[in-house]
Amino acid sequence: MTGPWIAVLITCAGCYALKLAGLTIPERLLGRAWLRRFAELVPVALLAALVAVEAVAKGSALVFDPARLAGLAAAVVALLLRAPFLVVIIAAAAVAAVLRLAGVS
Amino acid sequence: MSDARPVRDGTLLGLAVGVSGLAFGAAAVSSGLSVWQTCVLSLLAYTGASQFALAGTIAAGGSLLAGAAGAILLGSRNTLYSLRLAGLLQVKGTSRVLLAQGVTDESTALALAQPDRAAARAGFRATFISLYLTWNAATLAGAVGAGSLGSPQSFGLDVIGPAAFLALIWPRLASGRTERLVGAGGAAIAITTTPLLPPGAPIILAAAAALAGTLASRPAS
Repeated sequence: MTGPWIAVLITCAGCYALKLAGLTIPERLLGRAWLRRFAELVPVALLAALVAVEAVAKGSALVFDPARLAGLAAAVVALLLRAPFLVVIIAAAAVAAVLRLAGVS
Repeated sequence: MSDARPVRDGTLLGLAVGVSGLAFGAAAVSSGLSVWQTCVLSLLAYTGASQFALAGTIAAGGSLLAGAAGAILLGSRNTLYSLRLAGLLQVKGTSRVLLAQGVTDESTALALAQPDRAAARAGFRATFISLYLTWNAATLAGAVGAGSLGSPQSFGLDVIGPAAFLALIWPRLASGRTERLVGAGGAAIAITTTPLLPPGAPIILAAAAALAGTLASRPAS
C-alpha cells in the first residue's frame, strides 16, 4: 500500500515544484527578449499539441473517432462565427453526444 | 467592469473542464489507486494530464516510479507556463506559493487571451478557483461513484477539453503567422510522435515548435 502513496506524493511534490519554479526564476532572465518570445510561444505549441492528440489519439494509438472530430469541427465553425466561449464548448460536446446517440462511434 | 468578462469566462471554463475530474476519479480508482490517493492527487498535484498519466501507467501495469516520472515530465510544461505568467501577472512574494498551484493549461490559456494585465489577473484567479473546486469535487464524485456513472463519452465530455483549448488559443493563432505555424508545428510533432513515445511525451516534444518559432522570429543581427 505504501508504493502507490510514494508515487502519488512524488508526483504531487514534483508537479508543484515545477509550477513554482517558473514563478521564482530571476527577473533578469525574463528580461531576455528571446526567452520572453519562447515563453509566449510555448503554450501555443503545447495547447495545439494537446488539441491534436486529444482529437486523434488514445494512449499511444492513433484512433479515428468521427463523433469527436465532428465535435471539434463544430467548435471551429463556432469560433469562425465568433461565438462566445460557452457556445463553442456546448456546440462541440452536443454534436459529439448527438452523433454517438445516433450510433456513430 | 472590464474584469467581469474574464471572471465569467474563467468561472465557466473551470466548471466546464472541472467536470472531467469525474473521468479522472473513475479512471484512477479503477487503475488501483484508493479514493484517498486519487483525491490527494487532485488536491496537490492538480494538473490533469499528469494525473491521468500516473493513473494510466499504473493501470497499464507500468512501474510506479515510471508513472511518477512520466507525470512529472508532463508537468514540466507548467514551468514554461508559470515563466510566462510571472511576467504577465507580476506576482511577488509569498502569494506566489499559492498562485503557483493554480498554473494549469486552462488558467494560462485564459490569462493569455486577455487584453491587459488586470483582466489577465482576474481571469487567472477566477479560473483557478472555479477549476480547483470543480475538479476536486468531481474527482471525489468520480472516485466514489466509479462504474456507477455512464461513460463520459456518451455526454460528449471528452470533447470539452480539446474544444476549450482550441477556443482559448484561437486569439493567439489569429494574432500572427508565426503563432499559426508554431501551433501547426506543435500539433504535427505531437501526432507523428504519439505512436512512438510514451503518452505525454509528445506534448513536451511539441515545445520544439515554439523553439523554432522563437529562432525564426529573432531579428537577424
